[in-house]
Amino acid sequence: MNKLTMVEALNLAMKQEMERDENVCLMGEDIGVNGGVFRVTKDLQEQFGDVRVMDTPLAECGIVGTAVGMAIYGLRPVVEIQFSGFTMQAFDQIEQNMARMRNRTRGRYKIPVVLRAPYGGGIRAVEHHSESREAYWAHTPGLKVVIPSGPRNARALLAASIRDDDPIIFYEPKAVYRAFREEVPDEPETMEIGKANIVVEGSDITLISYGAMMRPCKEAVADLKEDHDIDVELIDLLTISPMDTETLCASVRKTGRCVIVHEGQRTCGVAAEIIARLNEEAFEYLEAPIKRITGFDIPFPYFQVEEHFLPESEEIVASIKETLDWQ
Amino acid sequence: MDANNQDLIDKKSLVEIQSKNTPSAMNTTPIDLGQIEVLQILNEHGEADQGLDPNLDAQTLLSLYKAMVLARAFDHRMLTMQRQGRMGTFAPSIGQEACIIGQVHPLTKDDWFSPSYRSFGAQLMRGWSMEQLMRLWAGFHDGYPPPKGVNDLPFSIVVGSHVLPAVGVGMGMNYKKQKNCVVVNFGDGATSQGAVSEALNFAAVYKAPVIFICENNGWSISTPLKKQSANEILANRGTSFGIPSIRVDGNDILAMICATDEAAKRARAGNGPTFIEAVTYRMSLHTTADDPTVYRDEEEVTPWEARCPIERFKRYLINKNMLDLDKVQEIQETCEQDAINARDAFYKMPPADPKEIFDHLYETIPEELKAQQQEYFKRLQNKGVGQ
Repeated sequence: MNKLTMVEALNLAMKQEMERDENVCLMGEDIGVNGGVFRVTKDLQEQFGDVRVMDTPLAECGIVGTAVGMAIYGLRPVVEIQFSGFTMQAFDQIEQNMARMRNRTRGRYKIPVVLRAPYGGGIRAVEHHSESREAYWAHTPGLKVVIPSGPRNARALLAASIRDDDPIIFYEPKAVYRAFREEVPDEPETMEIGKANIVVEGSDITLISYGAMMRPCKEAVADLKEDHDIDVELIDLLTISPMDTETLCASVRKTGRCVIVHEGQRTCGVAAEIIARLNEEAFEYLEAPIKRITGFDIPFPYFQVEEHFLPESEEIVASIKETLDWQ
Repeated sequence: MDANNQDLIDKKSLVEIQSKNTPSAMNTTPIDLGQIEVLQILNEHGEADQGLDPNLDAQTLLSLYKAMVLARAFDHRMLTMQRQGRMGTFAPSIGQEACIIGQVHPLTKDDWFSPSYRSFGAQLMRGWSMEQLMRLWAGFHDGYPPPKGVNDLPFSIVVGSHVLPAVGVGMGMNYKKQKNCVVVNFGDGATSQGAVSEALNFAAVYKAPVIFICENNGWSISTPLKKQSANEILANRGTSFGIPSIRVDGNDILAMICATDEAAKRARAGNGPTFIEAVTYRMSLHTTADDPTVYRDEEEVTPWEARCPIERFKRYLINKNMLDLDKVQEIQETCEQDAINARDAFYKMPPADPKEIFDHLYETIPEELKAQQQEYFKRLQNKGVGQ
């Protein structure tokens, strides 16, 4: 067991899955010799060759569209889109073919494509490099949307996604790429897609988040415990779609209160969907209105001011206290 | 662009272009990069260029003729059904049969075909039944999956969006070191789609065994080619990506077969993609929801009637003593009857099962979706359907 960063853990997942299955191949811009702009695919072309680790032309729509065809032909392409903001170039192929081909052909052609992309803010990047638009894909029938939060679950979820027969949008919180290390087992490990993880058990209030926002949430949970002896139940969603509604509802039925945090824009965002589900499934258990702390409905701001756009632990602490005080 | 190409732009139509500059389509020399050649073997009087005639055997030639007649009979039957309110909106391929059928004739079962929505004749050649195509266009889910053993992609409704997956299939063949090829067809309008340009580029870069058939039928619904592209020689799209490209008389089935066959041989030999611009004409409607009289002068259509691909091929076969007028009549009647039989069989097929709409979206239906499915079943139950 080694202590790995998320970048190293993701690399390990791809390496082991490629060793395990010769139909697993990687496609993307600059992923070969360069190892990807974040080095997530470092050394994989050297080990597996340029047929299995393909540097593609600079065309996101082309990458996803050809990956769909390769999947139809029996391969399991893992596509890297350099930044999640560039997946918009591929919207056509994601929506028209990747998500719908199985349905269109009534199961004749499955599309086991994993689309990996770093998402989210916090690394002082130029425009289009800090997007958090997972809600688009959660809205698209036929896709699964997975967002890990740390090295160990990133490795296990990526391995599971590669083995999954459905098309998956796999967003990697790039603010976490090298933020910390975690022990990751040497042996291949997978996690079930579609299951949320209760990171901290608590009885006073439920806090739901995912991806990069798990870090300020964890800080908030620790502060609330230490300063106010408040027991927060912290849930890491891990899979945005299909959502683990049952775990969320069970927690809120227990605590009666809930705060949701994500950096993606608010309107029709993931929090809106969670609130709707809790309203349907746990309304009579609620002691207070559910609160959401999200990105605002504006384009992600330029990086001189991005820190003020992203939710922070102090605000999470304040929102939790406010929700607990509500009567 | 060389002088030869410039000449072509000045011509009004392909049939005026002589085949004197045409390379042998059957030799194994790869088509030169950067040259737009024009291939015509049968002129509009059905006379074959003796140097280029592939001299296919009588049985093959007759089966091709029947396939063309059947495709048209099927189109007419579908049009009648649509006008009777018993068929959905569909895209007829009347006038394009040579192009559509010629492009799949050289394919084996292990080769793949990725059609646009105007490809009935080709789908019938590939092993789709008329009943299934009727199911498909009448809005039944079970019409869509390619039949067992038929390596076809489903067509796409979003113009040009099927071309990238077709290239991906070709890249998969290279990955698995299999010596097969993919034919993908699309219209002149599709060449304006960015995704089609990306597909051409990927195929060229990866030397994917893909044959791009651009069926230039002159119209994208109401938009004529001159408004679609300032470069009306669409084969130039291919050469600009480094793909050997050829311009073919799309109403000449022999030319289509020869060009596609050579491209298929190149592809299977590892020499990468070929771009074939098949110049043809949309004699009929864009779809049954379209009225071309709003935007198209009927005088423009008339000359193309003389260039009918079926008539032309018929004269060729009569000249070869493989066909006479009695036999022509017999084939016509048989094909019309086949289409009627298919229609009758289609009418007897079971109604759509409204319960199946949640099936096949995922490998295993997620819990949340299962709950929605139950909600939907309840709706059906309340309405008293799908019991």
